[in-house]
Amino acid sequence: MTRPTRYLLRGVAPLGGDPTDLLLADGVIAAVGPHLDVSDVARGGARSGSDNSVVEIDARGLVALPGLVDLHTHLREPGREDAETIASGTRAAALGGFTAVHAMANTTPVADTAGVVEQVWRLGRDAGWVDVHPVGAVSVGLAGEQLAELGAMAASAARVRVFSDDGSCVADPVLMRRALEYVKAFDGVIAQHAQEPRLTAGAQMHEGVVSAELGLAGWPAVAEEAIIARDVLLAEHVGSRLHVCHLSTAGSVEIVRWAKSRGIAVTAEVTPHHLVLTDDLARGYDPVYKVNPPLRTAADVEAVRAGLADGTIDIVATDHAPHTREDKDCEWAAAAHGMTGLETALSVVQQTMIDTGRLTWADVARVLSTAPAEIGRVSGHGRPLEIGEPANVTLVDPAARWTVVPEEQGTASVNSPFRGRELPGRVVATFLRGRATVLDGAAVTPGAAVTPGSAVTPGSAVTPGSAGADARATAGVGA
Amino acid sequence: MSPGPAVPVPQSTVVLGEADIARALTRIAHEVLERNKGGADLVLLGIPTRGVPLAHRLADRLVSVEPGLDRESLAGALDVTMYRDDLRRHPARPIGQTQLPASGIDDLVVVLVDDVLYSGRTIRAALDAISDLGRPRAVQLAALVDRGHRELPIRADYVGKNLPTSQAERVRVLLRESDGEDAVLIESSAEAPRPGPGPAVGTERGAR
Amino acid sequence: MRHLLSTADLDVTTAVRILDTAAQMAATQSREIKKLPTLRGRTVVNLFFEDSTRTRISFETAAKRLSADVINFSAKGSSVSKGESLKDTALTLQAMGADAVVIRHQASGAPHTLAASGWVDSSVINAGDGTHQHPTQALLDAYTMRRHLAGDAVGVGDVGRDLSGLRVVIVGDVLHSRVARSNVLLLRTLGADVTLVAPPTLVPVGVEAWPCRVSYDLDPVLRDQQPDAVMMLRVQRERMTGGGSGGGAFFPNPVEYTRGYGLDRRRLALLPDHAIVMHPGPMNRGLEISADAADSPRAVIVEQVTNGVAVRMAVLYLLLAGDLAEQKNVEERVVVA
Repeated sequence: MTRPTRYLLRGVAPLGGDPTDLLLADGVIAAVGPHLDVSDVARGGARSGSDNSVVEIDARGLVALPGLVDLHTHLREPGREDAETIASGTRAAALGGFTAVHAMANTTPVADTAGVVEQVWRLGRDAGWVDVHPVGAVSVGLAGEQLAELGAMAASAARVRVFSDDGSCVADPVLMRRALEYVKAFDGVIAQHAQEPRLTAGAQMHEGVVSAELGLAGWPAVAEEAIIARDVLLAEHVGSRLHVCHLSTAGSVEIVRWAKSRGIAVTAEVTPHHLVLTDDLARGYDPVYKVNPPLRTAADVEAVRAGLADGTIDIVATDHAPHTREDKDCEWAAAAHGMTGLETALSVVQQTMIDTGRLTWADVARVLSTAPAEIGRVSGHGRPLEIGEPANVTLVDPAARWTVVPEEQGTASVNSPFRGRELPGRVVATFLRGRATVLDGAAVTPGAAVTPGSAVTPGSAVTPGSAGADARATAGVGA
Repeated sequence: MSPGPAVPVPQSTVVLGEADIARALTRIAHEVLERNKGGADLVLLGIPTRGVPLAHRLADRLVSVEPGLDRESLAGALDVTMYRDDLRRHPARPIGQTQLPASGIDDLVVVLVDDVLYSGRTIRAALDAISDLGRPRAVQLAALVDRGHRELPIRADYVGKNLPTSQAERVRVLLRESDGEDAVLIESSAEAPRPGPGPAVGTERGAR
Repeated sequence: MRHLLSTADLDVTTAVRILDTAAQMAATQSREIKKLPTLRGRTVVNLFFEDSTRTRISFETAAKRLSADVINFSAKGSSVSKGESLKDTALTLQAMGADAVVIRHQASGAPHTLAASGWVDSSVINAGDGTHQHPTQALLDAYTMRRHLAGDAVGVGDVGRDLSGLRVVIVGDVLHSRVARSNVLLLRTLGADVTLVAPPTLVPVGVEAWPCRVSYDLDPVLRDQQPDAVMMLRVQRERMTGGGSGGGAFFPNPVEYTRGYGLDRRRLALLPDHAIVMHPGPMNRGLEISADAADSPRAVIVEQVTNGVAVRMAVLYLLLAGDLAEQKNVEERVVVA
């Protein structure tokens, strides 16, 4: 029996700090310190009575982060496997540096029973790219009328803690109150898609100067803000946890800031696309920019960046929403809402928050790993990079720049709004409990052995003989 | 509009001056009267752009010979743009004005007036335009310059000057009304004639 | 000019050129033989995803007067499967060799999508898209205004002119009106001064960026501005009910709308003598316009329809008669220069 490959990350900068070495072995961070001795490492292997293989990675210049956790992913399976499957979506997640994702409930059938969430959880486990945590629907069929079996989903093998009707708003204030109260029994959280439905009937884009010009029905900021205001007051009243999905307006930031100042247990997320894209992009009527909530104005973009920087907004979540070509290859009004994001999230955060000096890498670890894991009550993720912690680790090359080509991404859909854009920062490697899911920027199929002397994936540079020009990983051979 | 890269400065030679043009028009006016046995039932239709002032100058001369003629209805304009067969070879052209005598052209003798007769395609278009406008008793053609190279069986009834040219040369007609002076020039250029829109002072609408 | 998608794309030179061309086209339409051979052998497809017999007939007449072959493709009802239908229809038209596609669609931006998609090589003419644009309507409105207000009313005395100094008031459902959007931009480009008048519920959020003034009160605007032209917009019946769901109506009832924003005999009397009354049709007599106003000598509503043919002939001529590749070269040369 071959023991799992161990990885020695040489000269890596944990959270962007001082370079050191990290040893990932037996699913945990086994050693941390400068200039770890290979022979010690190898002996460690020998003591456990197995082979001595250690893959040594030259990680100088790379930042190590705890594996990223996405609180808001649409994996589309079951139901829309033509847009994404759990396998393709989680592979995309790994390529984006994630080790855990929350799979939204708006599938077909809706994830509103223990059976469906367990199916999603199992498919995720079988795929092996990341840990998949299903989100349960708040209401049966997302219809907003009757509570789904929240308790059964919480008690299922999937151990659901996050509940959301995302895609639809829990608009009925009584239903929202009941849901907030009910999930207290198992420390759950209601993740609200804040969209007042009557104010957004037929809405196509942010309501403002651009919508007036384009003649597209407006999605007013107040439709989001009114629901958030109501919900934080409800959460205060019943003493429960509220999470605000994909907050997008300056007014929403203000409301959440106010609620936190009152001590209300509210958390909020912003998507990468709302950190950088604006409603001007609708001018060409290209539906790749159609998303819900809609792209807002430059002032809103500035407000959500400021909110993320000062902690009002707790996390960045992708709202990765793959769609088939036919759902986007049409007139704006007929197109589906949503954009992919798993594989561009970290780069967009670096571009908008790190490279502008508003966040440090330690902050990024918080907003993309620690905080989402905490909100979702996910154990084993978002942990410090310390000895004994689970070896969920992402390596980023902040100096790299790359151009987005959606067809070359891991996701099965190509509706990326960043097509053709050059972005900074690149995920070099992702480790899920010590196992590499991504090495040298390429996905490593789960189950494939990564041993010294054997190629990981074609063209990858794990073995000395196949080193490319930009090779970062090199194989070290045990004593 | 820039004419594009490095067009050599054309060599231009004046072949008709102001006096030559005046003489030619006076001669044509007399020929028209003689051939039609007077100016009654005549209408001179100039083809825009430079055919129109030429038609008016001819009309002035007819009236000076036959003061009884109605100067007002003697000259008009016939735009042929929408009848051209080469529309797709050029950018969309501005459409000129068509002005006919109030009573129409039925049973009149129409004298088409143009500045340069070249391929004959413009006149072909003019004949089509006329047939949509009425049924004249006869149609005749007057051109200030005939430079040859006909592509259709068309000939002028009245010619100011026959000007043998090569196809590489350009003939430019300048008129007081539009250009501030009267002259006919031949321009030769080392380059082959450029297709497409000519300068504002263009003739030779009948492109090849 | 490759496509005509929005009046926002027209500069003053191009707009005046279209109006001048329309004037020449109109001159040909008083002749006994109205047909011109200009577009012989070219194919114009009327692709209508939304019913509009008036607009379709106008385009069809214009194309036929220029000797183009006309194919009417009524796609209404076949557009059920979202998106695909527009793409597949477009590919079908492409396969049939259309030179121009005249498209009417209920979705704002559908003509842009068609023009930018690469699905067709043809010129795309927007014949009304959702609540966005209806550029040929704005052009025929401008043409009608120019004839009456900018020239000597002989028809060609106005050639070459823009609409500088004219005051135009547009009244009614601006929010849902592609006619208003098209007109505001084109009239501004042509130098006219535009005031929109509507109940606040029918003015879009974001209107402050439009090059016009906005008022909620019709009487003082008519009295104080003494406009040269008043354009009444059609009020759609469903706006009174909010599409069936309670509370969504944009005004309390038709009577109150008429009282506040209808053009009746009293308001007609406030206008200067030379002012013209316009309406894109079809009219709701008794709602936004009274019979007195609609039938008054200053109403040019029927003439707008007539002028629509000439304007559409001009647009078809300018888009189709020339060589597109050559035009492109010319444009590039201009850019280089």
